[in-house]
Amino acid sequence: MATQVFQSWGRVLREPHEALGLSSRHAPLPLPADGQTVLPFGNGRSYGDSNLNPGGALLLAGQLDRFIDFDPVTGVLRCEGGVLLHTILKLIVPQGWFLPVTPGTQFVTVGGAIANDVHGKNHHVAGSFGNHVRCFELLRSDGSRRVCSPTEHADWYAATIGGLGLTGLITWAEIQLKRVANPFMDSESIRFRSLEEFFELSTASERDFEYTVSWIDCAFEGKRLGRGLFNRANHAPAVIDTSRVPKGLPTTLAETAKRVPITPPLSLINTLSLKSFNTLYFHKQWSDVERGLAHYRPFFYPLDALLEWNRIYGPKGFYQYQSVVPPERALETTRQMLQTIAHSGMGSFLAVLKQFGEPRSRGMLSFPEPGTTLALDFPNSGPKLMRLFDELDRIVLAAGGRLYPAKDGRIGAAIFQAGHPQWRAFSEFVDPRFSSGFWRRVTGPTSGHAAENP
Amino acid sequence: MNNVLIIGATSAIAEACARVWAQRGDRVFLAARGEAQLKSVADDLRTRGAKFVGFKVFDATAFDQHAALLAEATQAMGGLDTVLIAHGTLSDQERAQKDVPYALKEIEINGTSVVALMTLAGEQLGQQGKGCIGVISSVAGDRGRQSNYVYGSAKALVSAFASGLRQRLHKVGVSVVTIKPGFVDTPMTAHLPKGGPLWAKPDQVARDIVGGMDKGRSIVYTPGFWRLIMLIIKHIPEFVFVKLKL
Repeated sequence: MATQVFQSWGRVLREPHEALGLSSRHAPLPLPADGQTVLPFGNGRSYGDSNLNPGGALLLAGQLDRFIDFDPVTGVLRCEGGVLLHTILKLIVPQGWFLPVTPGTQFVTVGGAIANDVHGKNHHVAGSFGNHVRCFELLRSDGSRRVCSPTEHADWYAATIGGLGLTGLITWAEIQLKRVANPFMDSESIRFRSLEEFFELSTASERDFEYTVSWIDCAFEGKRLGRGLFNRANHAPAVIDTSRVPKGLPTTLAETAKRVPITPPLSLINTLSLKSFNTLYFHKQWSDVERGLAHYRPFFYPLDALLEWNRIYGPKGFYQYQSVVPPERALETTRQMLQTIAHSGMGSFLAVLKQFGEPRSRGMLSFPEPGTTLALDFPNSGPKLMRLFDELDRIVLAAGGRLYPAKDGRIGAAIFQAGHPQWRAFSEFVDPRFSSGFWRRVTGPTSGHAAENP
Repeated sequence: MNNVLIIGATSAIAEACARVWAQRGDRVFLAARGEAQLKSVADDLRTRGAKFVGFKVFDATAFDQHAALLAEATQAMGGLDTVLIAHGTLSDQERAQKDVPYALKEIEINGTSVVALMTLAGEQLGQQGKGCIGVISSVAGDRGRQSNYVYGSAKALVSAFASGLRQRLHKVGVSVVTIKPGFVDTPMTAHLPKGGPLWAKPDQVARDIVGGMDKGRSIVYTPGFWRLIMLIIKHIPEFVFVKLKL
């Protein structure tokens, strides 16, 4: 038996796991001989421990990376679970199609996108990734295979979308893509100076813009609290004025990416660099509104241009905190959270604010729900940070919100269970041989999976 | 348009090479043992852009099937320009050093069957006076080591045979490329402890292989640093070598 050290994207944990290869989707599911549990591991982009299984095994699900069929007339794509969104885009964009929903990185697998029911900037119109999954095959440790769709094995379909890889292995999936005329985005960036302004802009933009998202400054208290840049965009129309494409931006599919070559001994993100960066970023555009065409790559995946950017947080890694709170108290709650963060002096470059829309998620454990989501990175500074997180948890919970498991590496069982009341019903679908660090933590020692505790 | 026959096409390295050819819009014909997996790989290559994908279930140790495979592939694609011989197994050295029939079987799979296929492909391409034969040997064939000398000696046979064939076919315009991968992170090696700079990904190795075959290189070490490592290992004097654990 060979063990290999695996890390998640936050780089906080370094855990040895037995690694099990997957050469064929037709082959039986490999399982560890010693009765240990397994968990599918795609491309390792989840931040905390929802993609790790310390003490157990990981299935190298990224090795199932074959296309099965793509129909350029209907835009229906069927592929194995380990295919990266990046690979899909290279296939479909030249043929006039795009992903129906994409997260902020293209380096995730299709299986991972389903298991976390990922969302993107178009949530208010398109919902999350699972809303566009027509069907998939689920392979369980008992050797059973089920093709799940909204009409066939609908219960397994709902459990597996957002099911964190715990219901079995997604060997293949079929997704409905969306038409685009070209790789360009017609986007606008608008400066806002308060949270009230953000909510007004957001509501006003939802009808006319397919994509909306904001960067928000959380380094300062007082007057500057809640300022930021609001970004809204649509896919560019068929005939575009190429002179509007800013110089230096890619116009072809050729890619250039730089890599963070080493992990610096200390986090490069600290209060000083944060305040300077945020001030510069806020003022990066001369006018309050800037409009232009951009290639989809820098628009959707600005960070993918810097490979292994997660190293900048130093050897101790970082945490991401992403919450969603219902619309009724969103403004007050968001303000309270920003104040708490700014007051703590900790914070991040990447504070992202977005309003989720009405489309209902299909997964039992899906994270998105109508309301406002806030996502922030924090360098791992130990107990001080954990105290801040506890405070934020209390604010989110009081507002009736929840946290995103894909980003989480720390919440206790009570917080998770309050945010995801369906967890107990979901646990009936957990494969008895599947588990994760996250799942053991949030279900506690006494409330195991269905097989042990029906 | 390149017409490519790939033997052992469901191995991770061969499949990664096939993707490079498919993305160029070439025609490919796949041969391997498992039908379900052959079909999966064929579907993938077709989606990625291969102009034509054919496949045939094939056991390389069934020597009487070799000629038929070449004929079928040539007919299906309307020609044959490139042959990649990539089938093989990772032998269990401990078993092979005690179990003679097993050791000979391993040498057949990794050595003599490759020799037989190179012979037939060499004849066909030699007669047409153009083409390229790529054969996956291994750094393990450069010097027999206690940890894998049964596998290594089969690969040494392949390397020496390819060297002679290359010299002969060079004169008629056919290139023979000996490919020597180091450690490659594939499902076949998932059970081995890995990590660190010596392990390469199949797509990286495939770029080296297809690039080397494009240029008609003689010997392709992939990743390239293995040339240096093996140069050193080959030159360790025997009296020192016998004391090493390698």
